[in-house]
Amino acid sequence: MAAIANNMVVTAPTPPIAANTTALTVRNLSVFFGDNHVLKSVSLDIAARAVTAIIGPSGCGKSTFLRALNRMHELVPEARMTGEIRLFGDDIYAPGIEPVIVRRRVGMVFQKSNPFPTMSITDNVTVGLRLNGLRERKLLAERTEQSLRMAALWDEVKDRLHAPAISLSGGQQQRLCIARALAVQPEVLLMDEPASALDPLATSKIEDLILELKKDYTIVIVTHNMQQAARMSDFTAFFYLGDLVEFDATKKIFTSPAKKQTEDYVTGRFG
Amino acid sequence: MTAPNHRWRKFKNAWMQAVTFACAILVVAPLVLVFYHLVKEGFSSMNWAFFTQLPKPVGEAGGGMANAIVGTFILLGQAAVLGVPIGVLGGVFLSEYGSSRLNWWIRFTADVLNGVPSITWGMVVYALVVVPMKGFSALAGGIVLGLMMIPLVMRTTEEVLQLVPNGYREAALALGIAKWRTIVQIVMRTALKGIVTGVLLALARVAGETAPLLFTAFGNHFWTHKLTDPISAMPLQIFAYAISPYDDWHRQAWAGALVLLLLVLFVNAGVRVLTRDRFQRKA
Repeated sequence: MAAIANNMVVTAPTPPIAANTTALTVRNLSVFFGDNHVLKSVSLDIAARAVTAIIGPSGCGKSTFLRALNRMHELVPEARMTGEIRLFGDDIYAPGIEPVIVRRRVGMVFQKSNPFPTMSITDNVTVGLRLNGLRERKLLAERTEQSLRMAALWDEVKDRLHAPAISLSGGQQQRLCIARALAVQPEVLLMDEPASALDPLATSKIEDLILELKKDYTIVIVTHNMQQAARMSDFTAFFYLGDLVEFDATKKIFTSPAKKQTEDYVTGRFG
Repeated sequence: MTAPNHRWRKFKNAWMQAVTFACAILVVAPLVLVFYHLVKEGFSSMNWAFFTQLPKPVGEAGGGMANAIVGTFILLGQAAVLGVPIGVLGGVFLSEYGSSRLNWWIRFTADVLNGVPSITWGMVVYALVVVPMKGFSALAGGIVLGLMMIPLVMRTTEEVLQLVPNGYREAALALGIAKWRTIVQIVMRTALKGIVTGVLLALARVAGETAPLLFTAFGNHFWTHKLTDPISAMPLQIFAYAISPYDDWHRQAWAGALVLLLLVLFVNAGVRVLTRDRFQRKA
C-alpha cells in the first residue's frame, strides 16, 4: 500500500505528450459475454490529447468497447476477450497486470452521475486517493481544489465543500464525478454518455469542460447524440453490430464517410 | 353506459371493502389486546424493586427480576458477538461474491434454518455444548441465540447490500479502488443503516426466545458471575413465574412480559426512525 501511496504523491508533471502520439493501441479486440460475441476483431488507434467519439445504434458494442479499455467489462462474470490493448505501449492485459492498476491510469465517467451518497463533496473528490492510502491532508486539499477547478465546479461549491454530494444538482453531480475521476490523475478519461441524462444547459457545460480537458487528457466518449459527436470530437468511430465500420477524423465521418452504412447512420436514416 | 345491475355492483363493492377493512383491524387487534392485558396486569408490579431486586423466595412479597433483565442483555451480547460478524460477512459473500449456484444453496439453507423450530436449536446446543461442558451455562444460551441470529442477519444483510445501486460499485472500481475496499468503504457504508436495522430486528427477535434457553441457559434465581454458570433471562423468568401457583409471581410475570414487549416495540420504533431518515435523503 505504501508503494501505491507514494506513487500517488509523486505528482511529477506528466511527461509532455506530443499532440499526435497514440494513447491507446487496440488490435483485433474481440469481447465475448458467454456465447455472445459482442465485439468482433476491432483495431484502432486512439490519439493522445484528443477527443475520440464512439457512435452507433444501441447494442452495437460501443459501451463494451469503452469498458474493455479499462477492463471494466470484466465485472460481467462470463466476459472474456482476445486481442491486444496497449496504453502508451504497456499491454494492459499482460499477465500479472491487475485491473486495479489499469483503472488508475484509465478513469471513467458514467451515464448516470453516481457520487457516493454517504460522502461530502470533498470526500467524493478525494475518495480514489484516500482509499488507495493517501493520508496527507494538505495534499488532499490541494488535489480537491485542483480537480474541482478542472471540472469547472470549484466556484459553485467552494463555500460548501463539506455539504453532502447529493445536495448538488444533476449537472453538478456529473461534474463532481468528473472531478472525482480526475483527482487520481489518470492518463485517459472514458466517458459513457456523460450528458445524456442532463438538461441542455448542463449538457453544454459538460461539453465545454470536455473541450477544456482535452488539452491535458486523452478522452474517449460514447454518445448517442450525433451533434455532440460532431461538435466535440476530433475522431469518430462508428460501430455497428459489434463491428467497427469506420474510423476517421470526425469531419470526414460527418461530411464524406467512406461507407454507405456510416452515411446512413450519421444522416439519421437508421439507428 | 349505466349497467343494469349498477346498484348491486356498488353494494358488492362496499361490502367487500368493509370485509377487507374488518380483516385489517383484526390484524392490529391482537397487539392492542396483548398490550392492554399486559399493562392492566403488569403495570402495578413494574416498580423500582422490579428492576433492581433479585426474586424473593416463595411466600415473601416483593422482589424483582433484575438478574433476569441483566441476564437477557448478557445473552444478547454474546449472541451478537457470535451472530453479527458471521451473519454480516455471510451476507457480504452472498451479495458481492459467490456463484449463483452456490448462493442458491446457501440462501436455501439459510431460509430452512430460519424456519427451524427454536426448541430444535435448544436441543442441538444442549447436545453440542451443555453435555460436553457438563452443565447449563450462560455461554450455551448465548451460543444458541447467536446461531439463530446468523441466518436472519445474513439474509437481511444480503438484501440491503443488493439495494445499493451497482453504479456506486462501478464508480469505485473505475477509480482503481480494490474490490474489498469498495465493499467495505462504499457498499457497506452506503447500506450501513440497513445492516444495523437487520441486526437490531434479529436481536429483538431472539430476545423473546424461551424454548431454546430452557435447557441451555436454564435460568437462575441469583446473579450469574461466570459465563459457565446458568443464567436467568426474562422469557425464562416469565415462564417460571407464569406456571407457578402464586398470585404475586403471576403479577411479576405480567410485568416481565410487558418489559419484554416494550423492548421489542422500542427496537422496532428505533428502526423506523433510522430507515425514515434513509428514505428522506433519497427523495
